Amino acid sequence: MSNPRLWLPLLVFAGLAAAPFLGLGQGHSLTLLARGMIFGLAAVSLMLLVGGAGLVSLGHAAMMGMGAYAVVVLDHAGMTEAWMVFPAGILAAALFALLTGAIAIRTSGVHFIMITLAFGQMAFFTTSSLALYGGDDGYTLFNRTEVFGARWLENRLVFHFVCLGLLVACWALVQVLLESRFGRVLRASRENETRARALGFSPYPYRLLAYVIAGAMGGLAGVLLANSAEFVAPAYLAWQRSGDLLFMVILGGLAGPHGALVGALAFVLVEEWLSHAMEHWRLVFGPLLILCVFFLRGGIVGLLRRG
Amino acid sequence: MRRVGEGGFVNTTLLLVQGLNGLQFGVLLFLVAAGLTLVFGVMDFINLAHGVQYMVGAYLGASLAALTGSFWLGLLLALPAALVFGLVLEFLVFRHLYDRDHLSQVLATFGVILFLNEGVKVVFGAAPMQMPVPDLLSGGVPLMDGLLYPTYRLAILAAGLATAALLWFLVERTRAGMLVRAGATNAPMVAALGVDIRRLFMLVFGFGAMLAGFAGVMAAPILSVEPGMGDNLLILAFVVIVIGGIGSVRGAFVAALLVGLVETIGRGLMPDLMRLFMDASSARQTGAALASMLVYIVMAAILAFRPAGLFPARA
Repeated sequence: MSNPRLWLPLLVFAGLAAAPFLGLGQGHSLTLLARGMIFGLAAVSLMLLVGGAGLVSLGHAAMMGMGAYAVVVLDHAGMTEAWMVFPAGILAAALFALLTGAIAIRTSGVHFIMITLAFGQMAFFTTSSLALYGGDDGYTLFNRTEVFGARWLENRLVFHFVCLGLLVACWALVQVLLESRFGRVLRASRENETRARALGFSPYPYRLLAYVIAGAMGGLAGVLLANSAEFVAPAYLAWQRSGDLLFMVILGGLAGPHGALVGALAFVLVEEWLSHAMEHWRLVFGPLLILCVFFLRGGIVGLLRRG
Repeated sequence: MRRVGEGGFVNTTLLLVQGLNGLQFGVLLFLVAAGLTLVFGVMDFINLAHGVQYMVGAYLGASLAALTGSFWLGLLLALPAALVFGLVLEFLVFRHLYDRDHLSQVLATFGVILFLNEGVKVVFGAAPMQMPVPDLLSGGVPLMDGLLYPTYRLAILAAGLATAALLWFLVERTRAGMLVRAGATNAPMVAALGVDIRRLFMLVFGFGAMLAGFAGVMAAPILSVEPGMGDNLLILAFVVIVIGGIGSVRGAFVAALLVGLVETIGRGLMPDLMRLFMDASSARQTGAALASMLVYIVMAAILAFRPAGLFPARA
């Protein structure tokens, strides 16, 4: 059990499962933990791109936005059934990822960062133009997604465990994908594209598939986020949010999906704590970010390995 | 004076005004993008914090002008102040990031943005600041019958073009400029030939910061000076340098004017165009969003066909 790749996430999941019974059961803290798990899910999916495929996407918030706006569109049409909402959100994001990824993956390096940013901005401006769904002001959901007519997700405890379950599933999926042949081709193309090609692998379809899978998971996170806040706004798709997601991945460390998981939780908790502790919390948060980049090269999980 | 760019029908006057506004926005973009593309080209350094240099320039200009009571003194003092500010940032943060990967650079400079956006809020307050238009440049110039175009906007256009010409001279006709171009093409080779590339970079960096600050001061009287004002401009400046080709000043100039025109004319015409399909209020909203998207569509199209931009510095 010396490999933090496995025991660390299990520890975190156990902690999250126990949290509601350790005096965190009521009020704000469960909402906060749900937020942490939702961003954890999104960060884990981004990790597949950044850590696995070496594709630094600065437009991942758009994937979450697709999922969230799928909830909005269905909610406006009076449909709140989980078996429709969840697949719709995931499919919308996957489709968006497929269309934009097909173009974006033709570029690499800095150009990839910029073109994903461009697509993210397009999605951002599209959502702010949807007058029917509140435009810039956003849209307040009538109610949370229902499961066969039952309002289970309104219960904080149930929602907590739904988020946890989906987080574990996505973490496991990314873990398995990275260890599989698919993941090894991705990593090989990242490390040395020429050699990967010489071995007969064209990186393009692998990268595109990774992009679509990550997008679908981002969409799932978006559906959960919409349900958690019961409100959706174009700000969910802002490029700063994509920057936050990237930071979560790096903060945790690129060694594996467990890094993204820890990074997202740490990010959400520190942000929450700082924003309550002081008005101008970004004055501390910004330099903290810089210091992390300077001194925390392997991320938080890098510290563990050394310790 | 007739209000410009507010709805109405499409005609030559409107197009002329939109075109001038677009060019004027384009030269502002160029001033920001020029520093960004050189820093990016020479040192392979992604500086997201370049947009806040523009914001800092605007704040320095507005507060110094208020302090001295003169626009010109404010402008004159803000330029060296922006230069010093840029060099301080370079010394404190950016210097330690040159040999790191792009991801680290993006994140650390993102931290600088968070800090400075909040910092100006603490120092100057969250409310927008105003900077008065100097008396010399107030009023308008009659362009055609019944159309007065603000003198100040024309002055921005002229100053921007003059700066672009100066920059062209510096980059194409001086020894330092030659080194900068050589650095953008192959930095390790330039270093191997005995040029102190770090010092060259500090020069480029300081100059870029000053240009962005200059753009900020000039924009201050026509835009509101507020926290976060650099963020959207930064993204557009990145679009500009990616379209133009990273490291190419010429490319940045062409792309900046293109982006400025597309953005402004799109913003002016799209709502009217949309009115053909929908009612007025949703046409305004959809049109504005479509106009904002137009630039990114142009960029995605250009990158899809020319992945290295229009004028790549590294052939």
